[in-house]
Amino acid sequence: MTTAPAKPEAPRPIKAKQRPGDAIFSASTVVAGSLILVVLAAVAIFLVAQSIPAFTAGPDDLKGGAPNFWAYVGPLVFGTVWAAFLALLIAVPLAIGIALFISHYAPRKLAQGLGYVIDLLAAVPSVVFGLWGITVLAPFVQPFWSTLVDLFGWFPLFAGPVSGTGRTILTVAIVLAVMILPIVTALCREIFLQTPKLHEEAALALGATRWEMIRTAVLPFGRPGIVSASMLGLGRALGETMAVAMVLSPQVLISFALLQSTNPTTIAANIALNFPEAHGVGVNVLIATGLILFVITFAVNFIARAIVNRRKAFSGAN
Amino acid sequence: MSTITTPPPATKAPIANTLTTGILPKPVPWILLGVCWLIVGAVFGILLAAGANDSYNIIGAIFFGTVLWVIVNYIVSRSYEGARPAMNRFVTSLVSLAFLVALLPLISLLYTTISNGIPRFDLSFFSGSMRNVVGEGGGALHAIVGTLEITGMATLISVPVGLLTAIYLVEYGRGHLARGITFLVDVMTGIPSIVAGLFAFAFFALILNQPGIRFGFGGAVALSVLMIPVVVRSSEEMLKLVPNELREASYALGVPKWLTIVKVVLPTSIAGITTGVMLAISRVIGETAPLLIIAGFTQSMNYNLFNERMMTLPVFVYTQYANQGIPAEAYIDRAWAGALTLVVIVMLLNLIARIVAKVFSPKLGR
Repeated sequence: MTTAPAKPEAPRPIKAKQRPGDAIFSASTVVAGSLILVVLAAVAIFLVAQSIPAFTAGPDDLKGGAPNFWAYVGPLVFGTVWAAFLALLIAVPLAIGIALFISHYAPRKLAQGLGYVIDLLAAVPSVVFGLWGITVLAPFVQPFWSTLVDLFGWFPLFAGPVSGTGRTILTVAIVLAVMILPIVTALCREIFLQTPKLHEEAALALGATRWEMIRTAVLPFGRPGIVSASMLGLGRALGETMAVAMVLSPQVLISFALLQSTNPTTIAANIALNFPEAHGVGVNVLIATGLILFVITFAVNFIARAIVNRRKAFSGAN
Repeated sequence: MSTITTPPPATKAPIANTLTTGILPKPVPWILLGVCWLIVGAVFGILLAAGANDSYNIIGAIFFGTVLWVIVNYIVSRSYEGARPAMNRFVTSLVSLAFLVALLPLISLLYTTISNGIPRFDLSFFSGSMRNVVGEGGGALHAIVGTLEITGMATLISVPVGLLTAIYLVEYGRGHLARGITFLVDVMTGIPSIVAGLFAFAFFALILNQPGIRFGFGGAVALSVLMIPVVVRSSEEMLKLVPNELREASYALGVPKWLTIVKVVLPTSIAGITTGVMLAISRVIGETAPLLIIAGFTQSMNYNLFNERMMTLPVFVYTQYANQGIPAEAYIDRAWAGALTLVVIVMLLNLIARIVAKVFSPKLGR
């Protein structure tokens, strides 16, 4: 009768030991993750808080004597969208070509190296692009622009008089196009590589040439990807600052002419040029224009990412 | 394929290889390209002789020669091979040209940066600041120190936050929060750099109640906003590559989850994570706009991140170019030397990152 007393309880379900290390570690990862949400919210909140005085600003506080804030920001929004749109027009066809070259034309061994070369463009700082645009590109393209004006001056976009320095919005669009080329190319390339191999081989087996294979198998599959890559490129181009600020001489106006010496400037360039000297309500006005830029780019990126994510869900390739 | 069913030529020729009949021999497009360049080169030579141009336009000759080649190549192929192969050749030449066209700005940019940057890329550029310098001389030491301090601080902030977030997303995250974070991180990569600068300014101006605040730490915060999403994305990809068998083996030995992550998952993916971090640094080190706004610019040395304006290399390049004094060449030369320094730093970071990824990545294949 000296044996241990029988335990009446039923066997407990096995549970992992709760270790303090686990709790601390997982909590800290959650905190870090949530911090990102907090930062994004803080960006919006602080920009709004600092830009409230700008919405009621009068002509005295606004550069150029605009009657109210919205009249001031209107031409800037136009310039931003216009420059980004032109850049996109140049960059997207080129990027699709490069992506196709790397994914379907270049020899396999070279392909990755060529991809790195294009990625190098993304690594060049924007201020260097600005310097290059103003000292190399602008003088280089000026003769082309003046020929264009001579030949096609009747067309409103190319209306004269041509800028003597080559520092026009079309030159800026070229610089912007070069800057967004790497991201659009990288995304397009990824999408093209995801095309089901069986589709490509089926097209080739039916006697399609390489181009017909691309047209019937690769491009239809990649179309949503191209759209979203272009929109991400658009987001980049909208927010690009230094290249525009350095190449264009600042003007605030709405004009579609591509080759004249007076060009609409962009929100980002306007902030960069005026912020160092701004004071009082002027600072709030610039922050408010920044808020509008934030809203535009956020919307563009949001839509682009939504397209990409929806695509991922049913593409079957990954 | 139409090429195979092409009827044999009327004259009794020796039996040809049916797979290659009706197809242009391989060297033909290259010969055509040479011919086109020669023709257009000759035309430009005549223009030069006639006095229409004042110097030989070699870029124009190559450009128009190539355009001519694309057309001639299409016509020749169409008349010999048929419409479909001709279209194929046409698109192939366009696609290859698109790639070459994209290389032009890169080459031109590197060439100009190096050739313009070399004259002032000397010892005094790296040993002095711009304090009390008017005109020639002076250096960018203050800007280099500022760039290193601000970027270093931004890295110190971003890497822990970014890495922990990536760990959360890969190892812990399920449900709405994880999906929301993934999506917003993607959206956050698209925040314009100048907005990040404005945010840092608005934040510190309100918190510290100084309406005209300029200091280095604010720049670091602005850069972190740009850097965190990049770090999260790249680390997430790398953590996903770690095979699940490694984790399961560790759990089977009774190792707690957090130690599994710290001792097994992270060491396996450390090469990839390092690469990602270095690429993120190389992305933010060249940012100009946010630093122009929150860090400001100055001529003198400032080692203190938390006080007073701080010069950085990209802002140095910009201000040297934008506010030229007399003689202007001295300022432009300094701007280019600064640009060269920046490009060298960025390219080195890229190169080292690629090497790290190649050499230290675990060999997963059997």
